Amino acid sequence: MLEIENLHVKLEDEDKVILHGVDLAVGAGEVHAIMGPNGSGKSTLGYVLAGREGYAVTAGSARLDGADLLAMAPEMRATAGLFLAFQYPVEIPGVGNMTFLRTAVNAQRKARGEAELSAAEFLKAVREKAKALKIDAEMLKRPVNVGFSGGEKKRNEILQMAMLEPRMCILDETDSGLDVDAMKLVAEGVNALRDAGRSFLVITHYQRLLDHIRPDVVHIMAAGQIVRSGGPELALEVEANGYAGILAEVR
Amino acid sequence: MALARPKEDALAARLGRLAPQATTGWLAGAQRAAEARLLAMGLPTRRDEYWRYTDPASLVAPDAPAAALLDAASLDSAPLDSGDEAPVFGAIERLRIVFVDGVFDAAASDDLTLSGVEIDRLAEVGGRTAHWAAESYGRLEAQGQLPVARPFAALASARAGDGLLIRVTGQAARPVALHYLRRSETAEATLHHCIRLEPGARLTLLESGPAAARLTQAMEVEVGPGAAFHHVRVQGRDHARRAATHIFATLGAGAIFKSFTLTANGRLTRNEAVVTLAGPGASAHLAGAAVGDGDFHHDDTVFVTHAAPGCESRQVYKKVLMNGATGVFQGKILVRPGAQKTDGYQISQSLLLDEASQFLAKPELEIYADDVKCSHGSTSGAIDATALFYLQSRGVPRAAAQALLVLAFLAETIEEISDAALAEDIRSRLEGWLSRHAAAGAA
Repeated sequence: MLEIENLHVKLEDEDKVILHGVDLAVGAGEVHAIMGPNGSGKSTLGYVLAGREGYAVTAGSARLDGADLLAMAPEMRATAGLFLAFQYPVEIPGVGNMTFLRTAVNAQRKARGEAELSAAEFLKAVREKAKALKIDAEMLKRPVNVGFSGGEKKRNEILQMAMLEPRMCILDETDSGLDVDAMKLVAEGVNALRDAGRSFLVITHYQRLLDHIRPDVVHIMAAGQIVRSGGPELALEVEANGYAGILAEVR
Repeated sequence: MALARPKEDALAARLGRLAPQATTGWLAGAQRAAEARLLAMGLPTRRDEYWRYTDPASLVAPDAPAAALLDAASLDSAPLDSGDEAPVFGAIERLRIVFVDGVFDAAASDDLTLSGVEIDRLAEVGGRTAHWAAESYGRLEAQGQLPVARPFAALASARAGDGLLIRVTGQAARPVALHYLRRSETAEATLHHCIRLEPGARLTLLESGPAAARLTQAMEVEVGPGAAFHHVRVQGRDHARRAATHIFATLGAGAIFKSFTLTANGRLTRNEAVVTLAGPGASAHLAGAAVGDGDFHHDDTVFVTHAAPGCESRQVYKKVLMNGATGVFQGKILVRPGAQKTDGYQISQSLLLDEASQFLAKPELEIYADDVKCSHGSTSGAIDATALFYLQSRGVPRAAAQALLVLAFLAETIEEISDAALAEDIRSRLEGWLSRHAAAGAA
C-alpha cells in the first residue's frame, strides 16, 4: 500500500535536514506504529507524505499503490486515498464544520468521477458516523474546530476520516491531549475503520494508545531514520525502558 | 474663502459640462444652494486630508474617462445587469426601477406605484413650486460637509440630472430596486436620491449595476422614529468604471438603518457614508465587502455620529485584494457630549492575496461622553497557509479551498444583511467572482 524508500527531507528555507533516509513499507490492512523521541522526524514524515509546503525532498520516494505521492498536489494525495489526522487540527473561523465535510467528501468524489452526495445522503451518513464518535449536532454546525476542546478536535479528525474513507490513514499523535476516556473513543473510531483494504500508520510518543489500537508492526524513529522495527513487544520495551536503551544499542 | 486658482479652474471645468436639472421650481433653488456650497469648498486634490490615499484626479477631470462595457454583446438581449452571470436580485420579488447611463428608463421600469410608498422622479417634479422633498433635498448633504468636506456630494446635489424622491409612509409592500445599466462607454451619471421614512415606516432599498463610466451620487435618507431602512447594494463588475457615492442618513429615536455594499471590480470606487444617530436608542449598521483583482481601487470613507444616548453602531468592512489592487478604509466614530451608553463598533480588515496589493486604513474614534463602549480594529493579512493545507489535505482543490477561506473572511459582512434571500444572492455572487478569479495564487 505505502512504500517509502530512502526518503531524505530538509526544510525548504533552512539547511536543516530532518529525514535522513526513511525506509518503510505498510501492506494492505496492516497497522504500523511509529514511536520515537521528540524531534526524531515523525510528524515531518506525516506532513511530507500529505504534501505540506515548507519541506524539500532531496532524495528517495514515497508511493501509494505504486503512484508517486510526492509528485501530487495535497488534494490529489487525498483523492488517491491518503489521510493525515493532524496533531493540531486547524481552526477555520467562518467555515461551518458541515460545509467543510461536505465540500471535502464531494471534492473527492468529483475528482474520482463519482456522483456527488446529495444533501440528504450526506446528512444521513454524517449523522450516523458522528453519533458513534459522540459528536453532537451543535459541534457539526460550529465553524471547523473553533472553540472545540482538545478531545473534540481529535474526534472531529476521526469523523473526517470516517466520512472520507481513505485507504491509507496516518494518525499524527492523535492521543496527545486526550484523557483516557477520549482516547478510548478515538481508538474505537479507528478500530471500526480497520479492514483488509485499509492501512494505518500511527505516530505516537506513548505505548498506551497502542493498547487500544493494536499494531502489527512497531518502528522506532530517531534522528530522521527508522532505527528498529519489531512487533508490538517493541512498544512495551520502550514503555519499560524509555528510548535511551534502544538508541544506545543502535549507535 | 477664495479657492486657489487651479482648484477654481478645475471646478469650473467640471461644472461646465453639466447643466442644473431645473431652472425653475423648488429644485432650482436647492441646486443653486448646493452649487454655492461647492464653490466655497472646491474639488479635492491629493493634498486634502481625506484624499491622501485616493487620488481624486479622475473624478475631478471635466469628462468621464472612457470605460469599456463589460459585455457589450449581451446588451440588447440585456438582462437587468449587463454582463453579470445572473441578474442581480433576480430572484427577489421587487419593484424595478431602471436607469440607463444615469437616466430613468420608464419603459424598462415597473410602474412606480407601491403600497406604502410614494415615488417621484426628480427630473419630473423638480420644476414644481412645492414638494415634500423641497425641504429635504441637500439638507443632510449640507450638514455632512462638516467637519469633513465632501465636494462630490455637493456636486451631485448641484448637478443631479435625475434621481428619485421616495417617501415611505408604511410598510413598503416590496423592496424597491434601482438598477443602473450602462449603454455608453463614456457616459457620465450624476444622481441624487431623497428618501424619507415616516415614523414606523419600513423600506428595503436595493441598488445594482455599474451605472456609467463615471457615477457621482448622493442619497439622503431620513429614518423617522421607529422606522427601519435596509439597503443592499451591488456595484457593477465593469473594470474601468469610476464612482463617487455618498449616503447621508439621520436616524430618529429607535430607528434602524442597515446598509451593505458589495463591490466587485471598478477602477475607482469611493463610497462615503455619513450617518447620524439623532434619536435615542437608534441603531446603524454599515457593512461592505469589496473584491478587487488588478487595477482596482476601493475606498470606504465612513463617519458615524452618536448624537443621542443609548444608540448602537457597527461598521464592518472587509476587502479581498489581489494582483496589485488597493483598498482604503477611513472610518470614524464620533460620540457627542451627552451620548451616554453609546455602543460603537468598527472593524476594517483586508485579505491580501499577494504582495503587490495594499490596504490603507485610517480608523478614528472621537469621544466626548464618559459612559460609552467603543471598540475598533483594523488588520491586514494573507490567506492562512495552514488552513489552506488542511483543506487541501482533505481533498479540496487549492482554488476551491482558497475561495472557501475568502468567503469565510467576508462572512461577517454578509451576516449584516438581515434578509436571508438577499444574503444568499450576495454569497452566490461572491462565489461566482471568486471562481472567475481563482487563478491568483495565495503564495
